Amino acid sequence: MIASLHSPLATELAARYPATHPVGDWVRAHLSPFGAFTVNALLALALTTVFVSLTALFLVWMERKVCARFQLRLGPNRVGPFGLLQTLADGAKLFLKESFMPREADFFVYHLAPLIPITSSFMVFCVLPFDHHIQIADPQGGLIYLAAFLGMGVFGVLLAGWASNNKYSLLGGMRSGAQMIAYEISYVLCLLLIVLASGSASTRDIVLAQHGTVLNWWLFKLPGCGALGFLIFLISSTAELHRAPFDIAEAESELTGGFHTEYSGMGFSMFFLSEYSNLFVAAGLGTTLFLGGFLAPQFGLGPLDRALDLVPGFAWFLLKVYGLIYLYMWLRWTFPRLRVDQLMALEWKFLLPLALGNLAIAAVLVTLGWLLP
Amino acid sequence: MKVRRPKLTLLDRLYLPQILAGMWRTLKHIPRKKFTRQYPEEKFKLLGKYRGAPTLVRNQAGQVKCVSCQLCEFVCPPKAIRVLPGRRDDSAPAEARIEKEPEDFIIDMTRCIYCGQCEEVCPEQAIFLKQDFAVTGYKRSELEFHKDKLLELGGIHDDPICKWKKK
Repeated sequence: MIASLHSPLATELAARYPATHPVGDWVRAHLSPFGAFTVNALLALALTTVFVSLTALFLVWMERKVCARFQLRLGPNRVGPFGLLQTLADGAKLFLKESFMPREADFFVYHLAPLIPITSSFMVFCVLPFDHHIQIADPQGGLIYLAAFLGMGVFGVLLAGWASNNKYSLLGGMRSGAQMIAYEISYVLCLLLIVLASGSASTRDIVLAQHGTVLNWWLFKLPGCGALGFLIFLISSTAELHRAPFDIAEAESELTGGFHTEYSGMGFSMFFLSEYSNLFVAAGLGTTLFLGGFLAPQFGLGPLDRALDLVPGFAWFLLKVYGLIYLYMWLRWTFPRLRVDQLMALEWKFLLPLALGNLAIAAVLVTLGWLLP
Repeated sequence: MKVRRPKLTLLDRLYLPQILAGMWRTLKHIPRKKFTRQYPEEKFKLLGKYRGAPTLVRNQAGQVKCVSCQLCEFVCPPKAIRVLPGRRDDSAPAEARIEKEPEDFIIDMTRCIYCGQCEEVCPEQAIFLKQDFAVTGYKRSELEFHKDKLLELGGIHDDPICKWKKK
């Protein structure tokens, strides 16, 4: 089932989903290798910046709309059509606000901290396969790279809490640091589960390994383990994103905003932006690992499959991602916050053993080849 | 007091059915009617007894009912009302001969507390608290309601007695 690099299946997949990109290849053909490298990197940076900013703006609007729907409200509807420009107006307000720093705060660390989560989220965007030809980089150790940069976000939170010279910030930073480090483990164990199943750590290969019908998605293909892994992934990524019901990082009612209490203006908006771009990243990762990424869902019914296959891959990717994001929002606006001890107990006493056991069983299943066709 | 602690089954302790039930509950909210009222366009429906801004009314003949007795001015707790009594117009025909129409009737809406005592005390039923609750203005002077404005807000009240017809 694992398509080795030279197997006929791998060749067929490579022909069907070529990793060529018109712009990148054109640049490579016309410039020296070093020049092409620089230009392509700059292009990728510009594209990511635009995409991340627009996505975050849209997601903030979407969150407010979805939340309003769940609470029998209408949500923002005054600025622009359907209130779509509301976040833009809020962003303009944040730009114009004074960036206030507490007197005894550590100047360097205080200003460094908001940049860390957003940087890590930008870095993770680079390896997300939006389509078979829309992916900035596809390193062989893609998921290891991902795990490294996803783990970097915790530094931003901890340093922000520490550097603010405020006890509430410090408490919030420590609490969310502990939470993120704890849930990081089961998060990465879920990545490991997929690496084990697909025999590759490259995000592109992981998607292509799920080629076939819907039953070939890792969610279903690993009988039981895939679904359980997806559940653990959902829970631990919600905790990683510190969204409710795991939002003790900013627990407004207890910590007056948590680690970013002392941030205003652009510092705060960087944290806010990274929160939403990380939401997209987590949903994109879930899609890539469990839901077949950019592959169109196929049901083994000829005409329907062909019709579904006509839709471009990035549309499927975005559709699945937004479905998952909706699920995250749904969870957030349904459940109350967990207590700190409950949160820690859930991870260390429940999720971690479950994830480890799941991994062990999945290893046995993969070795024995007991997978769905 | 003895707290009852029900024995939880494994399913209860897993929380999963409760989580799904919670999600189902929030999902059911989506098609339901929204509580939001689009305020400035969509005004609230108030009860009939609601005490909004005080206004002056005319009777069905279009006459100002106020006779400038100044009782409202005296009773007004925050002293928001000022009545400038006018002169009786003796040359007018008998049915239009009003005792004393006020020359001006000023309510300072920055002071008014919407207590309704002016309405209560008025012997001529000339002042009524209507349903307007959003009294706004850009300047203080805009919130000083004069006779014309008060009469415009009040409109016409049908009066079964028609005091002036018989005179």
